[in-house]
Amino acid sequence: MTEQNEQSKPQAAAAKPAPAARPAAAPAAPAKPAENELKPRVLAPAEARAELVRLKEKEGMDYLENLTGVDWGEEGLGVVYQLENTTTHQRVAIKTLTADRENPFLPSVSDLWDIANIYEREVYDFYGIKFTGHPDMRRIFMREDWVGYPFRKDDETEKNNPLRMTNEPLADTTDSYILQQDGTITKETHNIFEEDEYVVNIGPQHPSTHGVLHFRVSLEGERIRKIDPILGYIHRAVEKISENMTYPQTLALTDRLDYLGAMQNRHALCMCIEKAMGIEVSERVQVIRTIMDELQRIDSHILFFSCLCQDMGATTAFLYGFRDREEILKIFEETCGGRLILNYNTIGGVMADIHPNFQKRVKEFIPYMRKNIKEYHDIFTGNVIFQNRAKGVGVLTRDQVISFGCTGGTGRAAGWSNDVRKHHPYAAYGKVNFNEVLRTEGDSFARYMIRLDEILESLNIIEQLIDNIPEGPFQEKTKPIIKVPAGTYYSSVEGSRGEFGVFLESKGDKSPYRLHYRSTGLPLVAVMDTACRGNMIADLITIGGTVDYVVPDIDR
Amino acid sequence: MFNFQDITTWIHGMLTGTLGLPEWAAILTESIGVALAVITLYAVFAIFLIYMERKVCAFFQCRLGPMRVGPWGTLQVFSDVFKMLTKEIINLRQTDRFLHNMAPFLVVTASMLTFACLPWNKGAHIIDFNVGVFFFLAVSSLGVVGILLAGWSSNNKYSLIGAMRSGAQIISYELSIGMTMLTMICLTGTMSFSEICADQAVNGWNIFRGHLPAVLAFIIYLIAGNAECNRGPFDLPESESELTAGYHTEYSGMHFGYYYLAEYLNLFICAGMAATIFLGGWAPLTIAGLDGFNEVMAYIPGFVWFIGKAIFVVFLLMWLRWTFPRLRIDQILSLEWKYLVPISMFNLVLMALVVAYGLHF
Repeated sequence: MTEQNEQSKPQAAAAKPAPAARPAAAPAAPAKPAENELKPRVLAPAEARAELVRLKEKEGMDYLENLTGVDWGEEGLGVVYQLENTTTHQRVAIKTLTADRENPFLPSVSDLWDIANIYEREVYDFYGIKFTGHPDMRRIFMREDWVGYPFRKDDETEKNNPLRMTNEPLADTTDSYILQQDGTITKETHNIFEEDEYVVNIGPQHPSTHGVLHFRVSLEGERIRKIDPILGYIHRAVEKISENMTYPQTLALTDRLDYLGAMQNRHALCMCIEKAMGIEVSERVQVIRTIMDELQRIDSHILFFSCLCQDMGATTAFLYGFRDREEILKIFEETCGGRLILNYNTIGGVMADIHPNFQKRVKEFIPYMRKNIKEYHDIFTGNVIFQNRAKGVGVLTRDQVISFGCTGGTGRAAGWSNDVRKHHPYAAYGKVNFNEVLRTEGDSFARYMIRLDEILESLNIIEQLIDNIPEGPFQEKTKPIIKVPAGTYYSSVEGSRGEFGVFLESKGDKSPYRLHYRSTGLPLVAVMDTACRGNMIADLITIGGTVDYVVPDIDR
Repeated sequence: MFNFQDITTWIHGMLTGTLGLPEWAAILTESIGVALAVITLYAVFAIFLIYMERKVCAFFQCRLGPMRVGPWGTLQVFSDVFKMLTKEIINLRQTDRFLHNMAPFLVVTASMLTFACLPWNKGAHIIDFNVGVFFFLAVSSLGVVGILLAGWSSNNKYSLIGAMRSGAQIISYELSIGMTMLTMICLTGTMSFSEICADQAVNGWNIFRGHLPAVLAFIIYLIAGNAECNRGPFDLPESESELTAGYHTEYSGMHFGYYYLAEYLNLFICAGMAATIFLGGWAPLTIAGLDGFNEVMAYIPGFVWFIGKAIFVVFLLMWLRWTFPRLRIDQILSLEWKYLVPISMFNLVLMALVVAYGLHF
């Protein structure tokens, strides 16, 4: 497939310099191969698994960055695995596929990486690929009684699934497929919860799940025995919708994923498309995007602080956070026109130049926020009740966060250096000095402190850039119809709560063939079971608050 | 000092003498009058306290609170009460309907009975007899039955967990409350609320008179009293971030309103008891030697003193509530059993020694 892609690329590129309506400043076709092209190695299913085992064991590729299901039409259904070495930060991609569309099977890697469990369920849900050896093969986002696999190119979704007037059933049992020695596959069914377990539903409507998220929690008195997350209540199939949209249209949906990382999400998609097309954005845009990303990060971390306080019953501290967040939103509103949904980045630049007040406002905000962080520490961090509830609670080790792919503050609290800004610098991050805040405890308190310290780091980054915004155009000229050359591309940014990646497979058309977002929140929800077991139900709230997931990002 | 008994004897005289009612009919009329007065006061105080809480918490949180209904939002709570009165009381399937409907009344009854124990003024005690403190402790623990029943009869897991938490918490903290009250009874030598107040009017407020053990008892009482009201950092029976609303999740309309009412009144009762036992009840502030000052203070009627002191304590409790995050159930219980109970036991012995050796003022 990749060979074919590479063959077809020159054709697509040749078709590119078609009559453009106005002279384009950007190069029409990339002279050099795009720097973010993946070029995954294609391997047969069994070999792919063996190779993944080898990469993990021998080459230290211990972080499963992304796992994307793709429907390659006649070639078959398959998966692209993306791995990263957590010490050298080298990345590698492996692709495997099966031609059987009726009953596709692939070997599971959920025993190698914990997060593969939930990623493979997503692939099963959307593409119907069953993973042999997976312990819990059931739908994750769609209804249990959904017919068909909606992300397949030939799926007749609307015909098979009329509007249902019944409540959504919840599965009590789950299946697993075991590959036997003789090559046959057997199916086993087991219960999710035993008969006599006391199961409490936290969600879908619950004040502390930060959105429409549903945990089925098995309790023993107040202690948690097991958590089964049920996702998909607000799944909008953003990835599928994007397949029928032109590239500029797809941008609008990124802000609706993690709404507290709207800037960074859109930045990631714009960057992915720009790099794939070989568009060079100006220095000015790079710096503006960096400042905006950091403002967004501060915004998100303040909201994290506020919501954690609210979850723990400290309502006053909650409103302190909102008071300060308002200042950032005012800055956003002036330049972008929006407060939550910002719609600011575009392919090749930003929507509008910064507002004349922007620099002044941001410079006022920096000392203001530094002062108020002290207030946060006074009212909440030092509080003995908070310390008792957070220290040593919900400990995640470095191995666990890597296995679960918990990037961002949650990973860094356990000592995993995973900052995309440091390891794969983009925009203006290569030019600024900042520290990656790391802690080693891995408990709720460490996760909390990481965020507050990151606010200070973000302020440092903004301070370095705000007076040095270079002159230049804020928008490169692009062709009226944007077509990404055929190929597979991946770009990632450091979102507010971890690595936000964009996996883009293009056939050279004006809309993406497959667009997949590496969600920052999905690993964070996946880790909840591990983090909460044996803790109290009140700790579920603290842990959930400190790992800091945002639901629209999980239910893309 | 204004003595409320003058008014009551005058009314009694009116009923028996002027109207010529027999003794039993006069007492019956008076009882009905008093009951109506208590219920009215109860509602008025609830409304006032809700307004106060909303304003106090708003000011702590850098905002204004209700501002739209009436000047400074003063009519907001009235409109909320009317809204609640018009709301439907929903009966749920698969609940124990009798217990479900009875539970809020138990809570309100317990809170009203304790409310009636408060000494409002000299001569204005509604329930007052020689084991008043004992009676107060007994009826205040009735409320927990209502909460447990609410949790059980709702047939809801959140409610049940909330009720169980509440049961464990209230029963535990009752120990500290009892112990601190015992400490102060040790000092005053009487269990009747009127005598406790009268004693303090003569000898000075207990908190000054009993110095160290009294202050210690006061602090423990505030913590335990706050826990008893399910408020502040101890609000985990209804911790909205974990259990949505805890034991009253399934209640609507005025049935929910009763819980709300009882919560605020319990706050006031808790504060009123603190004022009675530690801060002199209706007794004015007197400083030995400053006769002029004392004279002026004595002109302020007793009920102003009492309500003023109670509201001061209410403010302290609100301050606490809006500052601290919530505790966890195991922390709440270990705070009580590992720290407060041993300290209050020790404090009781200390007070006994202080009284025995006459070390108090």
